[in-house]
Amino acid sequence: MRDTERGKSLRGGRDGSDEAATEWRGTRGARTSHVPYDSALAALRAIGRAAPAAAAVGLLLAFNAAFTPGFFDLTIVDGRLAGSLVDVLNRGAIVALLALGMALVIATGGVDLSVGAVMAIAGAAAATLAAQHGAGAWAAIAGALAVGTAAGAFNGALVAGAGVQPIVATLVLMVAGRGAAQLLTGGQIVTFNDPVLNFIDGGFVAGVPMPVLIGAGALALGLSLTRGTALGLFIEATGDNERAARLAGVRVRTVKASAYMLCGVAAAVAGLLAASDIRAADANNAGLYLELDAILAAVLGGTALRGGRFSLVGAVLGALFIQGLTTTLYLHDVSPNATLAVKAAAVLAVCLAVSERVRVWVWRK
Amino acid sequence: MVDAPPLLEARGLVKVYPGVRALDGADFTLRAGEVHALMGENGAGKSTLIKALTGAVRPDAGEVRLDGRVVRPRSPVEAQRLGVSTVYQEVNLAPNLSLAENLLLGRQPRRFGLIDRRAVRRRAEEIMARLGVRVDVGRPLGSLPIAVQQMAAIGRALDLDARVLVLDEPTSSLDAEETARLFGVVRDLAARGMGVVFITHFIGQVYGVCARVTVMRGGRVVAVRDAPDLPRLELVALMLGVSMEEARAIEGAHARAGSSAQVALRARGLRRGRVGPIDLELRRGGALGLAGLLGSGRTETARMIAGSDRPEGGRVEVDGRALRAGSPRRAIAAGVALCPEDRKAEAIVPGLSVRENIALAVQARRGWWRAIGRRGQRDLAERFVRSLRIATPGVEKAAGELSGGNQQKVVLARWLATEPRVLLLDEPTRGIDVGAKAEIERLAGDLCGRGLAMLFISSEVEEVARVCDRVLVLRDGRVAGELSGESVTVAAVMRLIAGEGERA
Amino acid sequence: MVQRPARFRFLRALRVLRVQGLLSPQDVPLAATVGVLLALFAACAIAFPGFLSPGVARNLLVGNAVLGLVCVGMTFVIISGGIDLSVGAAIGFSGILVASLVQQGWHPLPAFGSALAIGTTGGAAMGTLIHRFALPPFLVTLAGMFLYRGSALMVSERSITIRHPFHRTLAEWGSGPVPPAVVMFVVAAAAGFVVARWTRFGRDVYALGGGEESARLMGVRVAGVKVRVYAISGLCAALAGVAMTLATGAGNATAGHLAELDAIAAVVIGGTPLSGGAGSMVGTVAGVLIFGLIQEAMPRAGVTNSWWFRIAVGGLLLGFVLLQRGLEGRRGRS
Repeated sequence: MRDTERGKSLRGGRDGSDEAATEWRGTRGARTSHVPYDSALAALRAIGRAAPAAAAVGLLLAFNAAFTPGFFDLTIVDGRLAGSLVDVLNRGAIVALLALGMALVIATGGVDLSVGAVMAIAGAAAATLAAQHGAGAWAAIAGALAVGTAAGAFNGALVAGAGVQPIVATLVLMVAGRGAAQLLTGGQIVTFNDPVLNFIDGGFVAGVPMPVLIGAGALALGLSLTRGTALGLFIEATGDNERAARLAGVRVRTVKASAYMLCGVAAAVAGLLAASDIRAADANNAGLYLELDAILAAVLGGTALRGGRFSLVGAVLGALFIQGLTTTLYLHDVSPNATLAVKAAAVLAVCLAVSERVRVWVWRK
Repeated sequence: MVDAPPLLEARGLVKVYPGVRALDGADFTLRAGEVHALMGENGAGKSTLIKALTGAVRPDAGEVRLDGRVVRPRSPVEAQRLGVSTVYQEVNLAPNLSLAENLLLGRQPRRFGLIDRRAVRRRAEEIMARLGVRVDVGRPLGSLPIAVQQMAAIGRALDLDARVLVLDEPTSSLDAEETARLFGVVRDLAARGMGVVFITHFIGQVYGVCARVTVMRGGRVVAVRDAPDLPRLELVALMLGVSMEEARAIEGAHARAGSSAQVALRARGLRRGRVGPIDLELRRGGALGLAGLLGSGRTETARMIAGSDRPEGGRVEVDGRALRAGSPRRAIAAGVALCPEDRKAEAIVPGLSVRENIALAVQARRGWWRAIGRRGQRDLAERFVRSLRIATPGVEKAAGELSGGNQQKVVLARWLATEPRVLLLDEPTRGIDVGAKAEIERLAGDLCGRGLAMLFISSEVEEVARVCDRVLVLRDGRVAGELSGESVTVAAVMRLIAGEGERA
Repeated sequence: MVQRPARFRFLRALRVLRVQGLLSPQDVPLAATVGVLLALFAACAIAFPGFLSPGVARNLLVGNAVLGLVCVGMTFVIISGGIDLSVGAAIGFSGILVASLVQQGWHPLPAFGSALAIGTTGGAAMGTLIHRFALPPFLVTLAGMFLYRGSALMVSERSITIRHPFHRTLAEWGSGPVPPAVVMFVVAAAAGFVVARWTRFGRDVYALGGGEESARLMGVRVAGVKVRVYAISGLCAALAGVAMTLATGAGNATAGHLAELDAIAAVVIGGTPLSGGAGSMVGTVAGVLIFGLIQEAMPRAGVTNSWWFRIAVGGLLLGFVLLQRGLEGRRGRS
C-alpha cells in the first residue's frame, strides 16, 4: 500500500523525478548503468521519500525568491558567511539534529517525546560540569553526551525491554526530565564562559557557522551508520514487520534500543548547541516543545509514522523547512505567534497528506 | 426436519478479489432448527461465504434470503439487527468490560435515564442461566476462560433475538469438556428453532453435533449431505478435492529417491497447547511430509522446531546437538530455516525491496556491523531471482508489490541464502498459481537432491505424496501414523487423516 | 467455566466478604492509587503537625481545581484509547479570550459561554479529524495545541486583567468558603463519574478503549463516541481556563503551560492506563489529590525546590506504567 502511494506521488511529479534519476545515474557512472531499471527505481525511492520535504523547501525558496528581497544574498563579514540562507541553516541545526534521531525512532515504530527534556538535561550537565565543577570543556561535552546516551538507554529499556508503549515510556522522561535538569543546575540558569563550549554554537570554521557543520556532520554520520552498516536495514525491517524481522533472526529489541540511544545522543548534541547559544543552561526553556518540531520534521521528511521507512536527508530538509518558514514569516514581519498557527496547519496538512483514509476518500469522490 | 422451510438461503454468491474468485457461485441453505456444518480447507471460500451472509462483505453477484425475503446487510451490526449473529473464533467482545456489560452493551436497562446496574446484572444472569453457565457476570470478560467468553458471545446473540447463529471455529481453543458443554448449548438452541451454522476443522465434531454438512472447495459448494450418510473418508476426499478412484490410481505411481539414513534433525516429545507430544526425524536428502487437516498441529510443530514458538516440553536436536528452544536466532545459527505459513504477517517485509528481503536473514546472522553492502546484496538477490525465476522487474521492486507466488519465492530465497541444513516449508504453495506451484515442488525436490533435510507441510495430500519420501500424518494434535517409501500413497494418507476405523 | 457446586458455595461465601475492587486484577491500579494517596496522607498527617486542618484540605482542592478540571476530560479521552495534547494551550486560549472579551465590554457570562463553546467545538473538530481520517490523536491534538497557543498569543501577548464587578464578585468567592473553581471541579468530577459509570455513552467509551473493531461489531457508534470524547475534553479545558481567570483575576495566553503533561500524568497515576479501556473518575480525582499532596508536603518537609516535584511525579508515573505493564502480562509482547 505504501509503495503504491510512493509510486503515485512520484508519478505526480514525473518530470522532476526522471530528471533526478538521470542525474543520479550520472554521478554514479557506468557501474550501475547495466541495470537501469533498478538504479532508477532505487534512486526514485530514495528521492521519493524526501520528496514532500524537498517540495516544501522548494516552494519556500520560490516564495522567497519572488517576495523576499535579498533572501538569497550571501555576504562575507569578517571572513564569516552571513545572509538569510545561512541563518536558516544555522538556526535549523538543532531541530535537524533532533529530527535525525526522531526519524530512526519513528522508523522502528516508536516515538520519543523526551528529546526536549533530554536537551535540557544535557545542557545542564555540560554547564554545571564546566561552571561549577571546574571540569574541562571536553569533559563537559563528554558528560552531556553520556547523559544523552543514558536517557536513550532508559527509554530503550522501557520500550524494548519492558514492552511499554513508546508514547507512555518516553512520557516519563518528558515529565521528569526538566526536573532532573533543574536538580543539576540547582534551579538556576547556570552560565559559563569557556572558549570551547562557546565555540560549539558561536564558532566558525572556514567562514561556516559551527551549527551548520555539526548538523552536516551528524547527517553524514547518520547516513554512514545506517547505510554503511546494516542498522538501517534492521530498523526498517523492524518497523515494517517486527514479527518477520524477529523470525529472520534480527535482534529487534537491540535494534529498537539502539535507535532510542542514538536519538538520545542527538538530543544531547542539540542540547549542547542550545546551551552554547545562550552560554548558559536554562532547564526550563531549553528545547521546549522541540520534540513536536522534530516529529513534524521527520514525518514531513518522509518517515512513515507507522514505522518501516525513514529518510535522514528528508528529516533534515523537514527541519530546514520549519526553520525556513519561521525565518520567512519573521522577515515579512508576521508575528511569531502566527507562526504557531501556520505550524498547526502544517502538521494537519502533513497528517492528511500521508493518511491512507484521505486518499481513499479523495479518490472515491 | 426434512420439510422445514429454509431459514437462510444464499443463491449464486460471487465475490472476486484481485486475482482470486473467493466465491464462485456458491449456494447455501440453512433450515430452522438444524445445526449445519460448513467444511473446507483454507481458501475454500468458507469465510468469504460467512462474511457475505453476515454483511461483512458485499457479494458481487447473487442474493441472500432470510425467511424468503431478500436481505442485503451492509455491516455485521445490520445483519445482527436482522437476526443473523456471528460468534468469531477470536471473541469480538470488549475484554475490559464485565461479562454482564458485554451481554447488554448498547441495550442496558435504564432507570431515570441512567443505567440500572442491578438490572443489567440480573438480565445477564438470566441469559447465562439459559445457557446453563454459572459464572460471576460481574467479572471482566478477559479474565474468564475462552469457553465462557464464547458463551458470552452466544448469549449476546441470543439476547439480540438471533434466528441464525454462525459459529466460526468455536472449538479450536476449547478442551474436551468445554466442547461437550458448547455442543449441549448448540443442540438446545437448535431444538428451539434456531438455525446454527457451524464451522470447524475437527471431523469428529461434525458427526457429534451436525445434522447436515456443506463442503466447499475453490469458492464453490461441492457437496451438501446429511451427516449420517457421509463417511469420514469421503468427507476428507471432498474437502481435499481428491476422488476416491483417483486416489487409488495414484497409488504407487512414484518411485522416490530414498533419503540417506543420516538424521539431520530429531524432535522428541514436542508439545504446546493442544498439540503434541510429537516425535519426528528429518533425514539428509529426504523430505518428510507433514499431512493432516487444518488445526491438526502441522504449523505448530514446525514453529516449535524453528523457535518461533517456545514448546512447553520436548527437545530438538540438530546433528546430535541440542537446540535451545524458542529462539529463532539459535535455530538459524544451527542451520534450521522456516518458511512460515502466514507469509504476510511473518515473512515478507512489504516496504523493503526484493534485494533487502532476500538479504535480511543472512545479514541478521552476520550482525549489523558487517554489512553485506548494496553491491553484495544485489548480487545475492539477482542470483536467486534467476535461479528461482522470481518474476520481478528488478531487485529494487518493493516485495509487497509482487504476486503471492513470487513473494513466496522471495521468502524461500531469503532462507536458501543462509545455506540451511534443515528447511521447513509450511504450505509453500498456498495461494499461488499452478505454474509457480509446480516450480516450487520441483525446487523442493532439487534441494533434497543436494542433501538438504526437509519438512514439507501441505494441505494437498497429492502434493505431499509427490514431494515426500516419508509422511507423518497428524490428527487433533497427535501423530496418527507414519508412512514411508512405497506405502506413501494418497489413499493411505487420507485414511490416516480421516481416522477410519474410529467412530464415524 | 462450570464451578462445581460445593466450591461454588464456598466462592459465594468468599464473595460476600470480598471488598469490591480489590480482588480483580483490573482494579489493582486503582487500589494502588488509593493506597498511595492514603499512605501519603497518613505520612503527612503524622509528620507535619496541623496537617489535618480544613485549611490544608481547602488548599489541596483550590490549588488543583484547574488541573482537576482538565483531568476529568482527559480521563474520558484516555479511556477511549486516545490522548489530548491541546488542553494546556486551550486553557491559555479560553482565559485570554474571556479577558479580552470582557475588556471589550462584554459581560463575563457570555464571554464564558463563548470560551466554552469554542473549546467544545475545537475538541469535536479534532475528534472528527481523528476519526474520519484515522489520524494519530497525538498529532492532531498537537496541531490543536499550536493553533490554540498561537491564537491566544495573537489575542494578546500580555496578561489582561479582568475588571468587571460580576467577575470580581465571583473571584472573591474564591477566598471564601466555596471557591467557584472548586465547585466547578467537584461538579465536573461528579458528572464525569456518573457519565462514565451510569450512561450508555460512558460504557461505549470503555468498549471503544477495549478495542475499536470489537466495539464497532458490538454496535457502538464509534464516530459519535470519539467526537464526543474530544469535545468533552475541550469543554473541560475551557472550563479550566475560565476557572483560571477566576483564580488570577486575569487572562494570560501562556497559562496552562505544560498542563497537558500534568494532566496525563495525573490520570495515569490515577490508575487509567494510556492503552485505554480501563480507569475511573475516582482514580483520577485520587491522582489529582496525590499531585496536591506532594505539593503540600514538600515545603513542609523542607524541600523548597520545585524540581523535586517534577522528579517525584515522573517517578510515580514510571512506577504506575510499570505496574500496568506488569498486569498486562506478556500479552501484546512480540
